[in-house]
Amino acid sequence: MNSPFSLSRRAPRKVTQPFVTLAHGGGGTAMRDLIEDVFLEAFSGAGHPAPEDQARFDLAALAAKGDRLAFTTDAFVVDPLFFPGGDIGTLAVCGTINDLAVGGARPVALSCAVIIEEGLPVETLRRVVASMARTAAEAGVAIVTGDTKVVARGACDKLFLTTTGIGVVRAGLDVGIAKGRPGDVVLVNGLLGDHGAAILNARGDLALETPIESDCAPLHDLIDVLIAAAPGVRMMRDATRGGAAAVLNELAEASAVGVRLRELDVPLRPEVNGFCEILGLDPLYLANEGKLVAVVPPEEAQAALDAWRAHPLGRDAAAIGRLVAERPGRVVMETRFGGERIVDMLVGDQLPRIC
Amino acid sequence: MCLGIPGRIVAISDPDAMLAVVDVSGVRRTVDVVCVAQESAPLEELIGVWVLVHVGFAMSRIDEEEAAATLKVLAEIGEMDGEMEALRTGSLDLLPQAN
Amino acid sequence: MRFVDEFRDPALATALIREIGVLSARLERGRANPIAVMEVCGGHTHAIFRYGLEGLLPDLIEFVHGPGCPVCVLPMGRVDDCVAIAERPEVIFATFGDAMRVPGSRKSLLQAKAEGADVRMVYSPLDALELARRNPGREVVFFGLGFETTMPSTALTVLRAAREGIANFSVFCNHITIIPTLRALLEQPDFGIDGFIGPGHVSMVIGTAPYRFIAQEFGRPLVVAGFEPIDLLQSLLMILRQMAAGEARIENQYARVVPEQGNPAALKAVAQVYEPRPTFEWRGLGSIAGSGVRLTEPYAAFDAERRFAVPDIKVADPAACRCGEVLTGAVKPWACPVFGTGCTPEMPLGALMVSSEGACAAYYQYGGVRGAAA
Repeated sequence: MNSPFSLSRRAPRKVTQPFVTLAHGGGGTAMRDLIEDVFLEAFSGAGHPAPEDQARFDLAALAAKGDRLAFTTDAFVVDPLFFPGGDIGTLAVCGTINDLAVGGARPVALSCAVIIEEGLPVETLRRVVASMARTAAEAGVAIVTGDTKVVARGACDKLFLTTTGIGVVRAGLDVGIAKGRPGDVVLVNGLLGDHGAAILNARGDLALETPIESDCAPLHDLIDVLIAAAPGVRMMRDATRGGAAAVLNELAEASAVGVRLRELDVPLRPEVNGFCEILGLDPLYLANEGKLVAVVPPEEAQAALDAWRAHPLGRDAAAIGRLVAERPGRVVMETRFGGERIVDMLVGDQLPRIC
Repeated sequence: MCLGIPGRIVAISDPDAMLAVVDVSGVRRTVDVVCVAQESAPLEELIGVWVLVHVGFAMSRIDEEEAAATLKVLAEIGEMDGEMEALRTGSLDLLPQAN
Repeated sequence: MRFVDEFRDPALATALIREIGVLSARLERGRANPIAVMEVCGGHTHAIFRYGLEGLLPDLIEFVHGPGCPVCVLPMGRVDDCVAIAERPEVIFATFGDAMRVPGSRKSLLQAKAEGADVRMVYSPLDALELARRNPGREVVFFGLGFETTMPSTALTVLRAAREGIANFSVFCNHITIIPTLRALLEQPDFGIDGFIGPGHVSMVIGTAPYRFIAQEFGRPLVVAGFEPIDLLQSLLMILRQMAAGEARIENQYARVVPEQGNPAALKAVAQVYEPRPTFEWRGLGSIAGSGVRLTEPYAAFDAERRFAVPDIKVADPAACRCGEVLTGAVKPWACPVFGTGCTPEMPLGALMVSSEGACAAYYQYGGVRGAAA
């Protein structure tokens, strides 16, 4: 079923059944209707769906944009599918755009593979697909190919998405997790932990009411701004699962430097702080979907911050620490009194510490 | 053990069930107020009161006078320390070249 | 955040640390050992590491991290019992998040969940009761866990269930009480603790009177402390001042939350719903008389142990662990032969590696500034 977006000869029919069934993945007309009515309808507005089993790109046009191809993939299984500030569709588009962009690439196109549990309301699927199309269009990235599978009830949880993306890396730009040097400054583009707190709360088990929304956003434009202001940028990573703490630990290890953070400089929304205080969580480990950690040479740090703060996705940008030669491989938080603690990787998920 | 956090009661959600809504930095949660209610007064008296919240229960009223008294003792210790005000500065300078 | 931020003021901390330095230097004269202060409560242990307080204090002061982490001291056999209940098909097992990773002899609740048990993480026992209301066809069992702070919340939930006639709700009661355990510690020969930072949130329930024996019979000061870093530093200073004056008293630094008499409504619910067990086993410390409670006869219908014939498995602590000695301050975590090797937060062997409030896990994760440093 490699050509879900291929155009059929007969006029597309609307899907009228309320729920997705196994027939919608069976390769017959039901599947064709689902693809044409739900996916093609939404995505053709966003780009140019391939009339073939694969999308094709003009190499010369790509080569004109930079000197290397970036290629990445990510799977999305978030529960619940819809949460304040976004849904699985916005995540799937933003996540892959961001994975391309933090490598210094300009995103070009995405694919989308969809695994649907039978019984999913068609309306739910339409909403997710509409979010994907809207997010991709706003980001100026096309969804050009894809695949759809329907599995028996219980074989997956409602809806899983996988997006794969290609982009072109700017000529000469060389960022990487091993490129940090002592003296460099660690920046984040805004308030940390919103997505993780929003998801944990949206699951509803904790019966808390918060105004916290996911920060889900495509970051490629913000990264353009950063590279213009700080061409010497050494490293960029979106701080998703494991939060900023995970990125900084990887950086410390790969660059063989120490990372020294200042607790007072870590930007947090008061509600996320309250949420973490109630549940005994550490916001540094909460996931983000619209925040990146960047490492820049000290002489470019102020320009980078100024440029970010002028951008809507970087208003609350902050310098949260610096790289040092001491204690390579370790992330150390300087607490508000000048005490210190080590910020290690977590073993598994952070669980509320209640008792 | 025993994570507890100060919050402010903002509404009575179910007076018969002794449930109220508490606000912690903009995060709200329904809590049991049996341990902080006064038998002689209506529950509405709790609105605006700061309480210590533990696992969904308001466990103690926070005594603002006692808090002020503790801070006063602390301030006196601080006054003995000449450098105290000098230490009340903002963030360490991470961006020295910019100044 | 009000009543929090004021007690995190770095300038106040600096002043307190200076005072502590002056006083501890004076106290040190003639002493062979550092001044050992036990913070009883795991919440205090967590705060000490979170704010890096150990590294800011003079070397003459040593925190000994006490037994007040209910998740850590839960014996393996009780976790096995939990898993046995949770694995029953009719059961929804509701638990606080941090209890999910505690290893039993076969598996943790997290592993049982992965294998199909219906284990739900809740913030409050009230949420477990709500699960029972919403799932009348299922048996909802709440994992009652914690010291005197948490005991009233479970008791009040049982009373609520009784009032509403919710028959499909029960509690697997593992509540424990700190006072007999403090006495057991103090009765050990060569117990080298000079003073105690008392558990603030336990005390808001029980008040300050139950600690009097510590001063009167054992001549040690205890200061009931709040959980912010300034609270801890001020309490430490209060202990040192008592020591300098040759006194041993019970003081209350946390008067904003802790009334001297405790909370009468909470104590009433506790007295109504629980009775002491003859003895209860603590991981790392063994059996301690009168340290556990179970539901009283009138509330027997809400007792999961009576409802579901619990296997009541007894499992010995792993032989290599030195948790008991770490808990009493006799050895430091990194002196244990399995610390960081056979016993890590991924695969904890001993009690103290289990929760982030456990002394070993705290050292492992945050890195002891003095001994176990990176």
